[in-house]
Amino acid sequence: MTHLPADPETETGLAPSAHRPSRWRAAWDSDIAYSFRHSPVAMVAAFVTALLILSAIFAPLIAPTNPFDPSSLNLMNGFSQPMEPNAFTGDTFLMGTDDQGRDVFSTILYGMRISLFVGAMAVLLAMVLGITLGLIAGYFRGWTDTIIMRIADVQLTFPSILVAMLIFGIARGIIPIQYRDEMAIWVLILAIGLSDWVQFARVVRGATMVERGKEYVQAAQLIGRSPLSIMVGHILPNVLSPVLVIATISLALAIIAEATLSFLGVGAPPTQPSLGTLIRIGQDFLFSGEWWILFFPACTLLALALSVNLLGDWLRDALNPKLN
Amino acid sequence: MTSPLTITDLTVEFPTRRKLFTAVDDATLTVEPGEIHGLVGESGAGKSTIGAAIMGLLDKPGRIAAGTIKLGEREISGLDPAAMRALRGKQLSMIFQDPLTSLNPLFTVGEQLVETIEAHLKLSGGAARKRAIELLDRVGIPNPDTRVDQYPHQFSGGMRQRVVIALALCSEPDIIIADEPTTALDVSIQAQILDLIRELARERQVGVILITHDMGVIAETTDRVTVMYDGRIVESGPTAQVLGHPQHEYTRSLIAAVPRPGLKLDRFPQISYGGRETTFKIEDLARDWPAQPRTEGPLLEVRGITKRFLDKGSLIPSRRTYFTAVDEVSFDIRAGEVFGLVGESGSGKSTIARMIAGLYPLDGGEVIFDGTPISEDPEAFRRQVQMIFQDPYSSLNPRHRVDRIVAEPALHLGVIPKENVKARVAELLDRVGLGAEAGLKYPHEFSGGQRQRISIARALATQPRFLICDEPTSALDVSIQAQILNILKDLQEHLGLTMLFISHDLPVVRQMCDRVGVLKGGQLVEVQETGRLFEAPDHPYTKELIRLMPKTDLLSTEGLTG
Repeated sequence: MTHLPADPETETGLAPSAHRPSRWRAAWDSDIAYSFRHSPVAMVAAFVTALLILSAIFAPLIAPTNPFDPSSLNLMNGFSQPMEPNAFTGDTFLMGTDDQGRDVFSTILYGMRISLFVGAMAVLLAMVLGITLGLIAGYFRGWTDTIIMRIADVQLTFPSILVAMLIFGIARGIIPIQYRDEMAIWVLILAIGLSDWVQFARVVRGATMVERGKEYVQAAQLIGRSPLSIMVGHILPNVLSPVLVIATISLALAIIAEATLSFLGVGAPPTQPSLGTLIRIGQDFLFSGEWWILFFPACTLLALALSVNLLGDWLRDALNPKLN
Repeated sequence: MTSPLTITDLTVEFPTRRKLFTAVDDATLTVEPGEIHGLVGESGAGKSTIGAAIMGLLDKPGRIAAGTIKLGEREISGLDPAAMRALRGKQLSMIFQDPLTSLNPLFTVGEQLVETIEAHLKLSGGAARKRAIELLDRVGIPNPDTRVDQYPHQFSGGMRQRVVIALALCSEPDIIIADEPTTALDVSIQAQILDLIRELARERQVGVILITHDMGVIAETTDRVTVMYDGRIVESGPTAQVLGHPQHEYTRSLIAAVPRPGLKLDRFPQISYGGRETTFKIEDLARDWPAQPRTEGPLLEVRGITKRFLDKGSLIPSRRTYFTAVDEVSFDIRAGEVFGLVGESGSGKSTIARMIAGLYPLDGGEVIFDGTPISEDPEAFRRQVQMIFQDPYSSLNPRHRVDRIVAEPALHLGVIPKENVKARVAELLDRVGLGAEAGLKYPHEFSGGQRQRISIARALATQPRFLICDEPTSALDVSIQAQILNILKDLQEHLGLTMLFISHDLPVVRQMCDRVGVLKGGQLVEVQETGRLFEAPDHPYTKELIRLMPKTDLLSTEGLTG
């Protein structure tokens, strides 16, 4: 309806480049940063996410004990209540201890490392797979498209947790028993990653079909650039912003999927417990009154998934030109 | 009796994050009953914003900052949403640009008309339906009693726009605002729709505000015209007077930039209003341009090329149906000439350009460049051909920097040594009038005309012999169009480039081309020297096209030289 002309400075196109703002200044001034600064929810979510990620990265420095070093454990400390001195040893634990006297706070910090690592790697795998297949399907159309997208449709008819369990089960069957525990994390990543590629592929395919029709792609075809270099060099950079949004939301989902699998006992082994494993362990004690063993890992999972998800929601709105 | 619309000192503002943007600044105009009032200006001039302000449909965060809009004696600018809604249906109507999206595809045409009639005229059931059929008949829809029960998709584009007009007339409004009502339509349909609007305005004493960028439409249709520039009204008056004897400098330069079918210009006058002038340094460019090799016979020969698109797919080949977009088209382009292809939408002109460029495979026939069929040596052809696209907003990759965009063809085809590319790009950007430092920016930092210059720089980087221009100016404002057409003429004259020039706009073709081919439904109906084509066309279809061109005789010819 209304045509807002470009900034008068850019309108001439010849404005002296001398007073171009610095990169940092430009980033601070950009619309996305502006939207961030005006969204309290996004700021809180970003703060919580950053706090959790940093504390996971620096867990060895922050954690008061190393929960996986048997020599540092004292069985006498078992079932200490949060913030109360243990009846036998007199040690105090912020979030209490579990049955074996492991500090819950420390296990959470270490557990979060596993959860985040598995989540991030799984999303990365799903992203690489989804982007590749989506680009190919959207660029070539026809039979290639039909085959890829039908596979995606079939996979979507199964709940993704079922797909992940199936992949997990098959992988366990293939891997020799002595490697199982050390491979468990990678199997988990593969299982979650493979169950999650479809939505990346769908979004990328749609965006690719739109970009493919644009004239800059024809300009590249005209000089005989190969389909691969057009897909990677020209189309990919233009379809990445929706991918970024899905990746963020997927990260929250992957963390939850990992927790679910671990809770069901098909995920991270007890020697490398993730948040989901901790919740499963804590569940055994819930009805005998040792609530903290379950409560604190569950809260952490909630905070992590929620803040990442809110961040994804904000990013989706901020990148949507229709909502600005 | 209908009432006049009076706009007094209207100012519309859009407060944005960075600054207050004034879209309409102190505009005053009056529309009398039965009068067609044209609002003309380039994109961003604020003409659509005036329409939206009258209708109370300003996009957020726009607001009327000052001034009044009165319908008769009633002030309508500050009405609450409910009162505005009632008014909008009843006394104010609107016709939008795109007939495809302004009708609801899920309801029959009759249902949509009856709904509006019942809401506004207190007629019901049978009477409303009868009225709907009358209206359809009035806007020139054949067999209205059967077509009233059809869905919008069963109507063609022009017929659909007639239905939209019928819909706008349902409530017997005082004022109709038509925002670019014919821009999406072919020239033959445009003429009919404009006739219809004119007749209806007279007959029903409806005031019409016709918003358009097209001077030809203004000249043919309107009684009064208001010229806008940058949110301000620069000139207003009876159409013949404003177009024939423009007073304001902007109006003069705008009118001078309109291509005339009857007058072939050497160059369009330079538009200097608003400080948009940038020089294209053709002499510098010509100095180190390689001499064109002599070519015996035509440079490009197109021999019976055919393109079919799959209409209905099937696993069994014999069950597939095809749509023939280009049907055995043959023509030659001589070295150094500009060959035009004209036709309405769907005539296959862009498809032919893409087939020659190698973007679509041929389903028959062949293309011979400089004596060698392209299929034999596509690499060699690619080095000598470049293309300028229609939409400057999609022909440059938004994620690439301008220097990368301009360098890509030259780098990929290896026509100049790698170490020279950077210097060549800077030089080219300077010569197309953008300055060498433009290479460090991204496409979104440039306006449409500047982007088209970037496209031209990209095309020239490989020093091609043959340039395909696919509607290179149809997305641009008329003053920018004049600049780009001048540049293309310079390229042809000073560098000896051969061009295939594709356009739906006959006056533009007249200015640009040496010879023209006319396409209809994928077939070439006539090939002719340009002058002859416009003065004495052979084929009846060409005659019809030329007859329907908007007339520009009213327009002042001041400052134009043939």
